[in-house]
Amino acid sequence: MLRFIFGRLAVLVPTFIGVSIIAFSFIRMLPGDPVMLMSGERVMSPERHAQIMAELGFDRPMYAQYFDYLVNLLQGDFGSSIISKRPVLDDFLTLFPATVELSICAILLAVCLGIPAGVLAAVKRGTWLDQTIMGTALVGYSMPIFWWGLLLIIFFSGYLGWTPVSGRISFVYFFPPVTGFMLIDSLLSGQAGAFKSAVTYLILPTIVLATIPLAVIARQTRSAMLEVLGEDYVRTARSKGLSPFRVIGVHALRNALIPVVTTIGLQIGVLLAGAILTETIFSWPGIGKWMVDSVFKRDYAVVQGGLMLIAAVIMIVNLIVDVLYGFINPRIRH
Amino acid sequence: MALLEIENLAVEFQTSTGPFRAVDGVSLKVDAGEVLAIVGESGSGKSVSMLAAMGLLPWTAKVTADKLLFNGIDLLGMSPSDRRKIVGKDIAMIFQEPVASLNPCFTVGFQIEEVLRIHLGLDKAARRARAIELFELVGIPNPEERLGHYPHQMSGGQCQRVMIAIALSCNPKLLIADEPTTALDVTIQKQILDLLMRLQAEHGMGLIIITHNMGVVAETADRVIVQYKGRKIEEADVLSLFESPKSPYTRALLSALPDNATGDRLPTIAEFLSDDQIFAGAVR
Amino acid sequence: MAVVDTNAVPPSGVAPPSGLAEFWFYFSRNKGAVIGLAVFLVILLLAVFAPIVSPHSPSIQNRDVLLLPPAWSEGGQFTYMLGTDPVGRDILTRLIYGARFSLFIGLVVVSISVISGVMIGLVAGYFRGRTDTIIMRIMDIILAFPSLLLALVLVAVLGPGLLNAMIAISLVNLPHFVRLTRAAVMTERTKDYVIASKVAGAGTTRIMFLTILPNCLAPLIVQATLAFSAAILDAAALGFLGMGAQPPTPEWGTMLAEAREFIQRAWWVVTFPGLAILITVLAINLMGDGLRDALDPKLKRS
Repeated sequence: MLRFIFGRLAVLVPTFIGVSIIAFSFIRMLPGDPVMLMSGERVMSPERHAQIMAELGFDRPMYAQYFDYLVNLLQGDFGSSIISKRPVLDDFLTLFPATVELSICAILLAVCLGIPAGVLAAVKRGTWLDQTIMGTALVGYSMPIFWWGLLLIIFFSGYLGWTPVSGRISFVYFFPPVTGFMLIDSLLSGQAGAFKSAVTYLILPTIVLATIPLAVIARQTRSAMLEVLGEDYVRTARSKGLSPFRVIGVHALRNALIPVVTTIGLQIGVLLAGAILTETIFSWPGIGKWMVDSVFKRDYAVVQGGLMLIAAVIMIVNLIVDVLYGFINPRIRH
Repeated sequence: MALLEIENLAVEFQTSTGPFRAVDGVSLKVDAGEVLAIVGESGSGKSVSMLAAMGLLPWTAKVTADKLLFNGIDLLGMSPSDRRKIVGKDIAMIFQEPVASLNPCFTVGFQIEEVLRIHLGLDKAARRARAIELFELVGIPNPEERLGHYPHQMSGGQCQRVMIAIALSCNPKLLIADEPTTALDVTIQKQILDLLMRLQAEHGMGLIIITHNMGVVAETADRVIVQYKGRKIEEADVLSLFESPKSPYTRALLSALPDNATGDRLPTIAEFLSDDQIFAGAVR
Repeated sequence: MAVVDTNAVPPSGVAPPSGLAEFWFYFSRNKGAVIGLAVFLVILLLAVFAPIVSPHSPSIQNRDVLLLPPAWSEGGQFTYMLGTDPVGRDILTRLIYGARFSLFIGLVVVSISVISGVMIGLVAGYFRGRTDTIIMRIMDIILAFPSLLLALVLVAVLGPGLLNAMIAISLVNLPHFVRLTRAAVMTERTKDYVIASKVAGAGTTRIMFLTILPNCLAPLIVQATLAFSAAILDAAALGFLGMGAQPPTPEWGTMLAEAREFIQRAWWVVTFPGLAILITVLAINLMGDGLRDALDPKLKRS
């Protein structure tokens, strides 16, 4: 088992280096030279220009610059924002919890609804229930989620007035962030109504972000279950006189979940991509919105650093999912 | 009273090309302590009739019978939850592919102990003790260690022993073995068959062996039923069947045995008989 | 199980169905897939004949009919069936012209991704060894980034616009085709017919393209269909973020970006472009599902 983990880690290293090369090359691929990009509109004398180039090491050979960059990365220095001058890592750490909170809620919703839906569709294969569930999943999967979010806002926030449009909690409440997770912090703050407020702000973004993973998980679960239900060991379980609940919920599901876990893992990347759109629509202060804003504001240091950080997060999550997969699939464990 | 009594069993599957009769009017009886062999080619419906009795067929199958009685209890009219109390406990079944028939995600110990828990209500310690006892009974060495193994870590022969242990765990009155040795090596085949016969004699169970191998029939059965395309062609005690088969189909089956072959080519049944001739020659 | 004389003429005297006929038989059994195909063909026709079919021009602004609601609501006019946008352009017309962009984007992206992905995948799967490892590491790197983010950054580098958006989306889709082709090639290359080809003296290129590739087509076709719909969604997303097609191009995502500030006042400006995307993508996904069922022999139902 340990060998398996080390094997995965070993693959991670060259990938990490490759990702860092891409992030590094990013600024250098932009038209214009890096100093001009960073200084923006300000006019600069040629001497000053040369001085800054030397200061920042831009006149050194490419591989030396890359090496410095890599060393900085490993020390946790991901650059500083051109606009705010704050370290990129700091901004990332401040905003990341918001995205994580949203993503966790979304994946929980997707799993808690998607897996039962897929199981139900498989067990009732061919019936109208199956077709309805799969049809709904297909629609959810085909929908542009930024439009779906706007529709929900029009209906639930605009027409019904049940939910707010943007932000994480009503401006009435203010408390210093402890964990960065609004659900936890609002409970800790002890202020009446804060938790409820946090929940209402979380509902629509969660639904929007969860839509595609939900659809994919439901479809995957159904197809995995269908395959498993035809296997010999399910027939054996039935021949033991076990109840249908036990046969499906214990014997079949355990095996069907193996490919589904892989899918769930892949959805993490989709979630982070979807978070970009969801956060933009709901003005949710997470890293998705941060990246979009930075691209527009031409804060290239943030884009570069953010890219690196997000890729690192995805690689770590994929590693965890791979290890988890190794755990639940006994064939790999032994 | 017969242990298992089936009269005029018919099983019809819904397929995209119309209904398909896998079993057509089969009747049989098994008494306690008796070994019955059901023999026939692939597609003769021999497994399907037994799966129907156990209630293991998919929803596309329609099962009808004049009588389907186990120990006098009507299996057909029973509610599914009542049937589940009998299946796995008083009637048990083992299947053709032993490794595939065990759940790859659970240890073999788990898979045998869950039957003990659900049917007999034993507590943890009692389950473990009984599981070890059963493993010893079926000849699995090192039972305490083996209980924690997964099916993919065991050979086909050992998995079949585990299946037999699971089937025997609640001391069933009737054991149905569907091609139990077909997927195993020849040397292991003999071991498993010997094991089955020994256990059958020791426990006084009724045993139904489904096979296409006449050699297995000769070694194990008291009585034999010959099936072809869902219908019963002949029924006789084993000695009479081999010495003086009454139906032309049975004669053709026996002459297709490599041991019985004369000349250069193995005869095929179709060279002798058409379906109509086979059915017409049936000896009920 | 009678023995059949294999030299005899089959009783009905009819030849076995051609590949296309057999494919259509299985495809048409899936009602959803057929509906998807029909809807897609309608959209295709609308796109091709846009100038003829549209009631108005997509770019002419009519100051008299700003933000007109759809024809069936109060204040709507019949000539502006789905209403008008904030600068007085007919939404129905813009949607029809938008179909041109979406279908074009899908076609270009899939073409680039498939052709390059298949070539790279063939090379990786056939030659294995170091080439394979390097290629797959590069693909892993591309996959380490969330697709939309990578596309966004690429467009930032290349400059916003439809063409750059298409290049970015193609690049992001590349690893999927490479992996798919590589897996299929690796499965096929050990099979007897490939070895037979080699023994007969076929050259590497010939084996790769003429022998192995045709047998890997089924999953590729299905994946290409799904990539088509995903490309439309991604391009719309980039357009929505302002990094894809730029206004006044009537691309559906760009239309949604322009409409965002009007969600309170004019729901139709937001609803219809999104609905157009949904219907198109849904139709293509339905076809993709049907293709998968029809082309995968293991899924032939009984």
